[in-house]
Amino acid sequence: MDFWAKFQSDFYQSFVEIWTKLQHEFYQSFIEGDRWLLYIKGLGTTLLVTVLALFLGVFLGVLVAVIRSAHDQQKVGKVNPFLKILNALCRIYVTVIRGTPMMVQLLIMYFVVFSSTRNQVGVAVLAFGINSGAYVSEIIRGGIMAVDSGQMEAGRSLGFNYTTTMRLIIIPQAVKMILPSLGNELITLLKETSIVTVIGLRDLTKAAMLVQSKAYLAFMPLIAIALVYLAIVMFLTWLVEKLERRLRTSER
Amino acid sequence: MNDNTLISVNDLKKYFNGEQIKALDGVSAEIREGEVVVVIGPSGSGKSTFLRCLNLLEIPTYGHILFNNVDITDPKTDINIHRQKMGMVFQHFNLFPHMTILKNMTIAPIKVLKKSKEDAEAQAMALLKRVGLEDRANAYPSQLSGGQKQRIAIVRALCMDPKVMLFDEPTSALDPEMVGEVLDVMKQLAREGMTMVVVTHEMGFAKEVGSRVIFMDEGKIVEENDPVTLFEHPQSERLKSFLAKVL
Ligand SMILES: Nc1ncnc2c1ncn2[C@@H]1O[C@H](COP(=O)(O)OP(=O)(O)OP(=O)(O)O)[C@@H](O)[C@H]1O
Ligand SMILES: [Mg+2]
Repeated sequence: MDFWAKFQSDFYQSFVEIWTKLQHEFYQSFIEGDRWLLYIKGLGTTLLVTVLALFLGVFLGVLVAVIRSAHDQQKVGKVNPFLKILNALCRIYVTVIRGTPMMVQLLIMYFVVFSSTRNQVGVAVLAFGINSGAYVSEIIRGGIMAVDSGQMEAGRSLGFNYTTTMRLIIIPQAVKMILPSLGNELITLLKETSIVTVIGLRDLTKAAMLVQSKAYLAFMPLIAIALVYLAIVMFLTWLVEKLERRLRTSER
Repeated sequence: MNDNTLISVNDLKKYFNGEQIKALDGVSAEIREGEVVVVIGPSGSGKSTFLRCLNLLEIPTYGHILFNNVDITDPKTDINIHRQKMGMVFQHFNLFPHMTILKNMTIAPIKVLKKSKEDAEAQAMALLKRVGLEDRANAYPSQLSGGQKQRIAIVRALCMDPKVMLFDEPTSALDPEMVGEVLDVMKQLAREGMTMVVVTHEMGFAKEVGSRVIFMDEGKIVEENDPVTLFEHPQSERLKSFLAKVL
């Protein structure tokens, strides 16, 4: 038997071997015991936590941003003590959240603050929402400061009070400007939620880990969820870029 | 104080950066109903600060302003109520870019004066017609020329039925060919009897419709007279040299 023919048959054989092994791994990773359901449910949990946390984060972010802007825009010599205390609280919040690791915040939330509850989704949403709020507030504050100061003056000169001017005139313009940044915050949040596994929440990452421990397989489950995360992030990035382009062309 | 005095300013001072910048250094003036008061003076003389103090966009450091016999500089006064009666037009228009022209004009009457949408829109359309822009009601500010924007800014303020209109260099940001259309609207307004305080470099406007001209320099009123006397017989050296430069 000449060398070439042997090589061919060896090659063929190893190809078949690998292919069979992959098929088997695929079967064990996704089909056996309806394991694909684990991933689907996990993905659902990941998306749920991400979206709810973003809503909470935007709500907290707007609140903190408005308080801090109102404080900074006060006329000299007319300092409202109530606003001063609120502003101090907001600053502590932003400093603490941005100065500690997300994982530590999540652990404290689950094992210290809410140690009596087993509602993992609730705790995760709270922890990520509170975390995100600190970052979103800085984004929105930047947006508010980027709105031309003449807009506030025009609003006030028409008889609107400070809060109404903020709500009807400043915030809508600020939000429009920061929409792309909020999109990026959503992307960050989606990826970061994978650490909820430390409190035992069955998100997408946890699904892969479960399969890994049951079937003694790492390759397929982990590559599969990586591709899922990647696909969602690429889709969101595409949306954000499209949004950016539209905002730029409609520059009103 | 006269019966028909609308705004009375008494020894107004406005300092910035502690006491480093004395933008206004003791200004007293009266503005009577139906008057068109034109404020002139070199750059940095405090004209804008004076105007912006009148509706408390700047909070005076010292002094008092009476509007309709109410001391609006008293911290207990609700300035929002009095601002509704003082229209303001800015150099850079400050239209709300995220709203249509119609919305720009109706939002304050609806939200502040609690007018019905129909009434507010009818009034806005009538005003738009007066300035020849009724076909732009549904356009956005970015779709208008500078002159059109400023005319909209004027009628937006008029939608609040103000007792006085404050103008801060309303034509300074405009291309020369658009100055006329804005001045025409202002002249029409003056002839209809609107009380106006106008900071401007348009001496022609001052001569044509001004009841009184105030010349400011270094935070003080240096000279004050009817336009003919002020322009033709200036008293102070500072006014003479200012007029020599601008006329
Ligand atoms: N917010 C501020 N902070 C510090 N200084 C200020 C502020 N606003 C105005 N000033 C100063 O106060 C003085 C008067 O300014 P103001 O804008 O009233 O002048 P003006 O007569 O309107 O000038 P212009 O013709 O250039 O508009 C100037 O020296 C200016 O630098
Ligand atoms: Mg000025």
